[in-house]
Amino acid sequence: MRHPIIGESVPRKEGREKVTGKALYTDDVTFPNSLYGVTVRSPIARGKIRAIHFNPTIPWHEFVVVTAKDIPGKNCIALLEDDQPCLAADVVNHPEEPIVLLAHKDKYLAEEARRAVRIDIDPLPAIFTMEDSLACKEVIWRKDNIFKSLSVDKGEVDAAWASADKIVEGEYETGAQEQLYIEPQGMIATANPSEGVTVWGSLQCPYYVHKALSAIFGLPKEKIRVVQLETGGGFGGKEEYPSMIAAHAALLAWKSGKPVKIIYDRAEDMVATTKRHPSRTRHRTAVTRDGKLLAMDIDFTLDGGAYLTLSPVVLSRGTIHAAGPYNCPNVRIRSRVVATNMPPHGAFRGFGAPQSVFALERHLDQVAKAVALAPDEFRRRNFIRKGQTLAVGQVVHEEIDMSELLERALKLSDYRAKRDRFARENPTQTIKRGIGFASFLHGAGFTGSGEEYLASVADVEATPEGRVRVYAASTEMGQGTNTIFSQIAADALGLDYADIEVMQPDTAQVPNSGPTVASRTCMIVGKLVETAAIGIKESLQRHNFLQERYDRQAFVAACRRYHDEVGPLRATSRYSPPPNIHWDEHLYRGDAYGAYGWAVYVAEVSVDTATYETRVEDFVAVQEVGRVINPVLAAGQVEGGVAQGIGFALYEKVVWQEGRMINNQMTNYIMPTSMDLPPIRVHFEELPYTRGPAGAKGIGELPLDGTAPAIINAIENATGICIRRIPMTPEDLMAALDATREKAIA
Amino acid sequence: MPDARLPDAPGTIAVHCRVNGRQETLRDYPMARLLDTLREKLHLTGIKEGCGEGECGACSVELNGKLVNSCLIPIAQVEGAEIRTIEGVATKEQLNIVQQAFISYGGAQCGICTPGMVLAAVNLLEQNNHPTEPEIRAALAGNLCRCTGYMKIFESILRACDRTEVQS
Repeated sequence: MRHPIIGESVPRKEGREKVTGKALYTDDVTFPNSLYGVTVRSPIARGKIRAIHFNPTIPWHEFVVVTAKDIPGKNCIALLEDDQPCLAADVVNHPEEPIVLLAHKDKYLAEEARRAVRIDIDPLPAIFTMEDSLACKEVIWRKDNIFKSLSVDKGEVDAAWASADKIVEGEYETGAQEQLYIEPQGMIATANPSEGVTVWGSLQCPYYVHKALSAIFGLPKEKIRVVQLETGGGFGGKEEYPSMIAAHAALLAWKSGKPVKIIYDRAEDMVATTKRHPSRTRHRTAVTRDGKLLAMDIDFTLDGGAYLTLSPVVLSRGTIHAAGPYNCPNVRIRSRVVATNMPPHGAFRGFGAPQSVFALERHLDQVAKAVALAPDEFRRRNFIRKGQTLAVGQVVHEEIDMSELLERALKLSDYRAKRDRFARENPTQTIKRGIGFASFLHGAGFTGSGEEYLASVADVEATPEGRVRVYAASTEMGQGTNTIFSQIAADALGLDYADIEVMQPDTAQVPNSGPTVASRTCMIVGKLVETAAIGIKESLQRHNFLQERYDRQAFVAACRRYHDEVGPLRATSRYSPPPNIHWDEHLYRGDAYGAYGWAVYVAEVSVDTATYETRVEDFVAVQEVGRVINPVLAAGQVEGGVAQGIGFALYEKVVWQEGRMINNQMTNYIMPTSMDLPPIRVHFEELPYTRGPAGAKGIGELPLDGTAPAIINAIENATGICIRRIPMTPEDLMAALDATREKAIA
Repeated sequence: MPDARLPDAPGTIAVHCRVNGRQETLRDYPMARLLDTLREKLHLTGIKEGCGEGECGACSVELNGKLVNSCLIPIAQVEGAEIRTIEGVATKEQLNIVQQAFISYGGAQCGICTPGMVLAAVNLLEQNNHPTEPEIRAALAGNLCRCTGYMKIFESILRACDRTEVQS
């Protein structure tokens, strides 16, 4: 009997190259005669470009200099709308907006030259807060500063207030967060009119870069080639911004005729590239005295920064997740993403959901308190069940039982006993202990009809030797694409893991399987890989080269015969939406996602009321994500996501000054180290999802949603202090504790 | 500016040291970062630059047996030194037990911190072959990982201490 390969922690495909240092990342690849490119950026947030001065101390004749005038096609980063320039021509709309590109063979001289360019800008008034944007203090985007607004309506919210026993209101905020992949962004380009443009780089979405380059150079698709090199983390940060760097490198290459490499250093990466959207959420909730939700009125605002980029989609996910896994008859959600003169905010793991879920799960603890129920009992009375409808009107068909998930998480964390013990011991302790949780869901794949619109494609090929190759544009960035695609294909074909090879994402070689985002790689693209692999088997069987039951040797023989008698053996699979899935983009109602991941996370904290230091002491993460294909990789996704969530809650504070991040260093932007994290205990509940590959759903983003609210709920349990804003630094805790003490004295 | 790649570029110095067991002569400016010199002159690109200011540990190398951030070491300091990089950890055919454990137990995800992390772990185990988890945490405190949440890195190192449990 062959060893089952689904559910087995086979070693990572590219593991050996990574542990030996042989894996080649962008900065490790050098082309002969190449130049180093640097970017000259706007020193201020908003204004009119008056003049560009080149300090004569630099031998400028040795340099290639590119400005907006050198762009052969359209000066924009094509994405949802074409509003973001590739290089600012007349006006700048945020600090660090790119204006001039320089290249030289000596990278040290290139850096010196960057500092020798002075750009004179006549300043215009700028706005830096969501409030100022909403108030139209300055109009910086079309008529009202609103990139996008959304409405979700279920039932009659306004009819519910009168019958409520309690109405609870609250406002919650989350800050920007830097993705902080350890490999900074980088690209290498070659470009000339005869051969077109080729870029190699660190990126998540080859076809996003492809689309952007095609517009900037005004070249047909076949003249553009995008190749992903080993990518040292992305987390959303390499979703849209790589198009910008690719364009810059390619423009310098186009003008110089030489290969050009651009590698950001950490400071440039942090100050100039996208971060998680800051958010503000207002909740007004009606409940009965026995703790049944009657109405949820939710107002959700995101700061989009200076250009639209992906903000409408981030808003969409945040909005749909804003009411959580609860059954509430009346829900109203009003949301919008506004323009400010900050660098555009962008994709970051969770994509709007961590923001709105933080607000909801903090708020529900307040609602529970208002009706004198324990947080777990309150949630139990309101969890959505199979057959009930979510806020967007989606009927839950999954067999999920959130109460069971909650019970398991509470037992594993010893929640009840700890809650009792902490309540007993805390009054006499300087270091207070607390335990809290969050319950949440996360939709996998693109929202609504997004997957149908993408119509992703993946191919599987079998060589005459019976080697199987997977062709997809889905990238490996550490999350395990190469490994799980291999497991899925091996399982579908009854082959060994070692028989499968996942090809390098190169737009000249792989079909467009869509972007590597939205927890879609396993569930959506994995399913395409599975289907295409089955297509290979069926082709062989249709020709009677392969029996119904076969072994590896028979498969190899059949492949040989197919190549000899028929020709190349390749199968294509294109996404088709599941039946009975409907989404109304206009009403914002329907089946928002094909499937959800469901989770309850429990955090235990200690809060030192003398030093204001908070530590997460223990963390239990229980989730249902369908069939787990590779337990080590899946647990690794959760552990890493929880670590980022801990940073989001407690450490990672972006400090802004006039729209610019001023702590753009690892020295003063603090992410969790090996000393900061608790044991992260990961448990899976497995309900196979019939439309996922081997029963799997998505997992990547889920852990970002619930971690921060679980921690802040635990801090409230420890201290009685209601924190409404993250990150909560020791300074914030000190202010909150001192305010409570003063109140007690007064 | 003169090209430091030329053997006699003015202002450059020659530094003699052993790198991964081989005697090398490195010619570069005295304040060139060891990180750049090793990557550019010896093509040891397993050494990564994550932050350029000694915070992240992606550029970790061993200098006379001590783990250092090579982005903070000017080459003028390495005359006569013994340097080991990730490229010197495995032999041609045989991975170090720590490398094998990182593969088996999920210690590497995106892989960019991995060379520095593996070197930090190897360095620890050479001084203390059965570290406790707190000792492992302390030894890795200067090596940041954004993917794993460190749990599988700790596990990999603990497993590496008990060779019999490491599967190939």
